[in-house]
Amino acid sequence: MSHDTNDRSGGWIGPAIGIGAALGAAAFAYTNTQRKKRDWGDDAPGYTARRGFGEYSVVGRTVTIRKPKSELFAFWRDFTNLPDFMENLEKVAVKGGDRSVWTIKAPAGQSVDVETEIVSEKQEELIAWRSVEDSDIDTEGRVAFEDAPGERGTRVSLIVAYKPPAGDLGRAIAKLFLREPNVQARHDLKRFKMLMETGEIATSARTKDQTRKAKQQQKENA
Amino acid sequence: MRALTFHGTHDVRVDTVSDPEIINPRDAVIKVTSTAICGSDLHLYDGVIPGVMTGDVLGHEFMGEVVETGTDSTLKKGQRVVVPFTIACGGCFHCKVQQYSACDNSNPVEKQDLSATLYGHPMAGLFGYSHLTGGYSGGQAEYVRIPFSDVGPIVVPDHLDDDKVLFLSDILPTGWMAAENADIQPDDTVAVWGAGPVGLFAAQSALVMGAARVIVIDHYPHRLELARGLGADIINFRETDVREALMEMSGGIGVDAVIDAVGMESHGFAIDNMIDVVKQKVGIGADRASALKQALLAVRFGGKVSIPGVYGGMTDKFPIGALMEKGVSIGTGQTHVQKYLKTLLEKIEEGEIDTTFLISHHLPLEDAPTGYKNFKEKQNEWTKVVLRPGMETTT
Repeated sequence: MSHDTNDRSGGWIGPAIGIGAALGAAAFAYTNTQRKKRDWGDDAPGYTARRGFGEYSVVGRTVTIRKPKSELFAFWRDFTNLPDFMENLEKVAVKGGDRSVWTIKAPAGQSVDVETEIVSEKQEELIAWRSVEDSDIDTEGRVAFEDAPGERGTRVSLIVAYKPPAGDLGRAIAKLFLREPNVQARHDLKRFKMLMETGEIATSARTKDQTRKAKQQQKENA
Repeated sequence: MRALTFHGTHDVRVDTVSDPEIINPRDAVIKVTSTAICGSDLHLYDGVIPGVMTGDVLGHEFMGEVVETGTDSTLKKGQRVVVPFTIACGGCFHCKVQQYSACDNSNPVEKQDLSATLYGHPMAGLFGYSHLTGGYSGGQAEYVRIPFSDVGPIVVPDHLDDDKVLFLSDILPTGWMAAENADIQPDDTVAVWGAGPVGLFAAQSALVMGAARVIVIDHYPHRLELARGLGADIINFRETDVREALMEMSGGIGVDAVIDAVGMESHGFAIDNMIDVVKQKVGIGADRASALKQALLAVRFGGKVSIPGVYGGMTDKFPIGALMEKGVSIGTGQTHVQKYLKTLLEKIEEGEIDTTFLISHHLPLEDAPTGYKNFKEKQNEWTKVVLRPGMETTT
């Protein structure tokens, strides 16, 4: 967990009785669309606060993409597209009833399944999901789409919170995901932007077997 | 294929490396017919740019023939193209406002973090210029993979030789943008530091834009002669007090526009420069900026400062007071090559701009290391080296 040094979490978050309750008032509520004053008085998104979020690791990022929000929303809403730009996701299987199973890459060629359900959805504006009870990873995320000023397209804000489980598996997953969650979120969102704006994800590889994906597969096969 | 690769400071070699392939739909592969060594390649050669790795293929000024196209490329096999050194996607905000060298999407995601830390935002992708800008294989090679080939390369007509159009890839648009950033007016006196390729093209561009007088400052006699050949006046800083001369030559006003076409490895005897040299040598990497410091003192109040010369990090003892008090405007940045290609190709076709005067040497690609060595050590005579894959070696 990468808490800031002046972590004063506690009173203002309240006991972690569930991410929605724990973070609802902090990281999640204050996106670009909702410029309510925070209790310390500025207009920045909650996740930029110089304090931690208790047991949860919270990352948030915004990118601006030159595409209409309808298009971006539709691509994201089909969760089977997510592995195209989320590097840690191996695949997503949609089960119906707003539930889907996300297969997340784990160390040593293994994987972990997390079942998620959509907890909130607003056409072209918001998708929020959370892991169902008894999941190995306690996670919640939301992505919001809003029109950017002028001709700039759409602002896409992603907030994800994880609470790693106890035990060996938990430690392994934490090591994989929580080491640099901000980096991961930023990279995933930038890949999403590239894919939407250019139709491809930039690589400086000279040959097909030098791409990042090919190298990762070589590593897994080795 | 054969390609010029980096092995360490002052150690570049022509090696056999894997041929490039089409990877993304918008890619093309070109067979290089001409490729030049750029002054900014010398920064790589001198080891002052971070993120260059052993085996990296260098080179960002190149042109050639299209030999392979991806499914979404708009190029056709057999077309002759000049390739901008800046890689741009054409679809992001920066590309839409023609700030191509700030493209959001051309630097691979995992390569963006270092420059984002250095500059607050990641740099765009460039060919053959360190992993800060993507780590793309460069043009000093037989073949190059061109991403976003539907946006960057410009098709050139067959009747124009390689030598006439090659510099559209970088230094001609860079010189042109340097003059544009100096907002040249007909009554302007313009001073250009550095009679290297970019300085010379900036001087040429300023004259084409109608500047009343252009003064080029350097210490290499032959390079200064080239400047004079373009119609510029010259100052040799080893012979003349530059600031006093510029005041006199601008009628006591000070020059209206200054262009620093030298950048981070400037020569000069000022004490701060010598301290900066020492710092660069011991690896605490302060950019030497003596040309820029002098330029800021020479420019008149309300004048214009243009910086095409390359800087990478920090500098010390910067005359921030002069910068603020004089109310100057500043233009900087890597060149938005794609923005200028059409205009400049027209000027070349019409004979308004001829850049072939600059080329001092043609070498086979195999002799590229000799080209680097001499371009660095014999700057007076080796003004521009053009490499040709397949050209017969003389030795």
